[in-house]
Amino acid sequence: MTLVTVGKIQPIASDSARRRGSTGRPWGNTNTQGEEARVSVEELLIAELLIFFFSFSMFQITLQLQRCARDITNMSQQAVNGISHRGRVLTLDSMNPNVKRVEYAVRGPIVQRAVQIEKELKEGVKKPFTEVIKANIGDAHAMGQKPITFFRQVLALCSYPALLEDSKFPEDAKKRAQRILEACGGHSIGAYSTSQGIECIRQDVARYIEKRDGGIPSNPDNIYLSTGASDAIVTILKLLVCGEGRDRTGVMISIPQYPLYSAALADLGAVQINYYLDEDNCWSLNITELRRALNAAREHCNPRVLCIINPGNPTGQVQSRQCIEDVIRFAKEEHLFLMADEVYQDNVYAEGCQFHSFKKVLFEMGPEYSNTVEMASFHSTSKCYMGECGFRGGYMEVINLDPEVKAQLIKLVSVRLCPPVPGQALLDLVVNPPQPDEPSYATFMKERTAVLSTLAEKARLTEQIFNTVPGITCNPVQGAMYTFPGITLPQKAIDKAKELGLVPDMFYCMRLLEEDGICLVPGSGFGQREGTYHFRMTILPPTDKLKVVLQKIREFHLRFTQEFS
Amino acid sequence: MWNMKQLAYGALARRANQIKDELRQGVRKPYKEVIDVFQGDLHGAGMKPLTFVRQVLAACVYPPLINSNNLPLDVRQRAQKELGRCVGGSVGSYSAAAGIPEIVHSISEFIKRRDGGIPSHPENIYISPGSQWSISNILNVLVNREASPRTGVLIPVPCYNITVLSITQLGAVTVPYYLSEEQAWALQVEELQRALESAKGVCSPVALYVINPGNPAGYVQSQKSVQEVIRFAWEKRLFLLVDELYQDCVYGENCEFVSYKRTLSEMGPPFSGTVELASFHSVSKGFLGECGLRAGYVELVNLDPAVMKHIHTIFSKDSCAPVLGQIALDLMTDPPKPGDPSYPLYKQVGPENCTLVINSLPGFSCPPLEGGLFAFPRLNLTPKAVQKAKVTAEMQEDPDTFYCTRLLEEGGVFTSPGWEYGQKEGTYHIRFCIAAPQDIMEELLRRLSSFHMTFMKDFS
Repeated sequence: MTLVTVGKIQPIASDSARRRGSTGRPWGNTNTQGEEARVSVEELLIAELLIFFFSFSMFQITLQLQRCARDITNMSQQAVNGISHRGRVLTLDSMNPNVKRVEYAVRGPIVQRAVQIEKELKEGVKKPFTEVIKANIGDAHAMGQKPITFFRQVLALCSYPALLEDSKFPEDAKKRAQRILEACGGHSIGAYSTSQGIECIRQDVARYIEKRDGGIPSNPDNIYLSTGASDAIVTILKLLVCGEGRDRTGVMISIPQYPLYSAALADLGAVQINYYLDEDNCWSLNITELRRALNAAREHCNPRVLCIINPGNPTGQVQSRQCIEDVIRFAKEEHLFLMADEVYQDNVYAEGCQFHSFKKVLFEMGPEYSNTVEMASFHSTSKCYMGECGFRGGYMEVINLDPEVKAQLIKLVSVRLCPPVPGQALLDLVVNPPQPDEPSYATFMKERTAVLSTLAEKARLTEQIFNTVPGITCNPVQGAMYTFPGITLPQKAIDKAKELGLVPDMFYCMRLLEEDGICLVPGSGFGQREGTYHFRMTILPPTDKLKVVLQKIREFHLRFTQEFS
Repeated sequence: MWNMKQLAYGALARRANQIKDELRQGVRKPYKEVIDVFQGDLHGAGMKPLTFVRQVLAACVYPPLINSNNLPLDVRQRAQKELGRCVGGSVGSYSAAAGIPEIVHSISEFIKRRDGGIPSHPENIYISPGSQWSISNILNVLVNREASPRTGVLIPVPCYNITVLSITQLGAVTVPYYLSEEQAWALQVEELQRALESAKGVCSPVALYVINPGNPAGYVQSQKSVQEVIRFAWEKRLFLLVDELYQDCVYGENCEFVSYKRTLSEMGPPFSGTVELASFHSVSKGFLGECGLRAGYVELVNLDPAVMKHIHTIFSKDSCAPVLGQIALDLMTDPPKPGDPSYPLYKQVGPENCTLVINSLPGFSCPPLEGGLFAFPRLNLTPKAVQKAKVTAEMQEDPDTFYCTRLLEEGGVFTSPGWEYGQKEGTYHIRFCIAAPQDIMEELLRRLSSFHMTFMKDFS
């Protein structure tokens, strides 16, 4: 029955890797952009379907062999009368063991408790606070950020095209909406798009990347639209993870990390390789540490992937150009596939910091690198200045991918049918915003600048206030939307937590939630050096509220420290 | 050999796009437009979105519309209500992992109404970006990639191909059971029994996948048939995965959709408290046809609470379903009532006519369509046509692919060949979506008839 498994992605990727092992690249030879094999979803489906089709005949043979043994009496009646107990099919013992290992701290137990407290407040239960502030998640609109008017106008027009007759909508919004609708099946955002995403939107994304990267070409065929960036990240990991035992794929992730990575790796049964960011140096990435982690991991797995989050989540650092170059050189030397999570690329606040895309640096390093290093870069509509998490828009650009692997990638994304079309439309607006000669330009720029400058102010404020608290040390929030300060916990608090069966920073965060109604995520959910404790807080609450939150945390921390010392 | 086949089929989809391009560039063909009925894509096939749904979505997206007089009052009130449920009053924020709580609740109310009052618990419902997403999440929990023998899932033949792809991608083995075409695609327990036995020594079946109403075949299971399947699942310890996407598309005479959940509950003990069931539904089909919004849900019944905790984590990891899609789900499960200014009017197009025309064509046979969105007629090709298909274009082509290719080239109708969904050896089918608007359907049937007559004459 091996035929049936041909459809499994991992063995194919791994075969391909093995076959091409001599080149030393995880997935084989260089292919220059533009000459990829163009394989349609249908072509790929067929491979699967054929396998499925062939399996019939195999089953027919089995059937014939077993026909004589077949009992054609009514089994149902027998069973009903004969069996009194029937256990569950799906139990903790029988379920996919990988699923058991999946954890997702950002929406973990502390958030579930926060929801419960909110319910209690609604029911009139008395608490020392009147509302729960959920600073656990990077959700700008939840914190009161207003959407960008132009984006929402176009999306409203796309949703209900009769509004195109409404004179209150600006002409440039109508023009954009018409263009998007024309690219949709039946001129409706309710039709499926191709699994890779609407072609003209992919073209716009490619042009946007070119502009961002100072003219380095981007090929729309390398762009895959997705259901938020998470979907694309998981998809690429699915393609990369294979092998058994010591040959199992190892994936290097930063510690602290964004828990999507650890969750996806657990789900896929991949080996997580931790490399630690340097907290004492503004959470910077250190190549010596990368090398240490890699060498240690080579003892027990096959490291093939290096994930980088820049600007950092939860740590808020922005990588220097030099650092990116070092990482790329390291990836090339060690034959690693690079996954660059760049969803916070517009969120850079610190003076002297600038976002450099991995792709740009890669191409500036010359053909020796730009023709060989395999990479995927991820972006999303959920962050930056628009913060439209609810639309689930995103994309990835893949570089130097083996055409055969791309064919597998198309097949993988086709089971999702297509990314949400309103999210695709929104992405199109993000990459193709109003231009200076268009009527919506002034308002758009005003709104965009206001959001980004407020965020920059909040980033400074957070660092400043936290660093006045004895026992809290906070690195500058150079970018992204979070702070990840270190907290010193008294031994007695640590003991108390152990007694309660909680990790110490979970105990800390739970107490904060219960006492002040502030929901943070404990550092243990992201990973941290042993013996250190942190929490992640988003800097998104409106400035006034943020000041209150910071003040409350300060008071709580002092109280907590005193209680346990 | 399958590489050849792959090329042949890819060529069909590519060719359809090419022809569309050529037509746009003014190349002359016997038709002005390709009728694309290859997918169950209602808007793509020309169905207009429901005004009420789109007005509410527009107002949610751009709240100043709530205060304008451009939209009916009930639309504006509804949009206000939906926004009130969104965190921060914006469709741009994340929702809870399972979906917006009030919407999950209105889904549970919808299920309860549908099932004659049998309770549905919101905590057992998860909203996802389309029903396929839910299906793969549940399969992921069920399939142990490292198990030996491997995990098996029973699937109908013919079967919706994307689900087959999801199953194989997770590393499970599909175990086919054939629906009886002679009996209007009925699902027979003896065949399930045979299929299960055929898996012995091959894999370890843990789940039974059922599609009701059917896709690609347009059957609707009777309550008796549903009962038999449930009994079988109970007896053989199988987890039931029930694709009920087309529950609103039932039009056969004396046909009625009866949900698995309802039947299970009405069967009483020992079944009602034991058989584990996942039922899937979506905004993509039914009277909304909003495929592009990507929202569906799963209702889970009788699951081990310890397992439910992990299912929650798996859905959490995906962040949440697109919020506009969630709102569309709410509008679907809680639509305007008669008397509301926006009470939706949507008339299903006449599938009866469709079977009538197909069955009038020599060489075509199609059991009466009872439900779903597709016709899956059987094509009795002459030996000459089969022979011709096999020598066409330097490669062996499936006879049904050959037919679909010619139909596309000469008739301008894009359909899909039956082998994609699985069919008994030596039988041929084509699948096409029957939910296009009346005028397009009429044109489709005209083109199909005229093409078919010529085809049969050419190969008689």
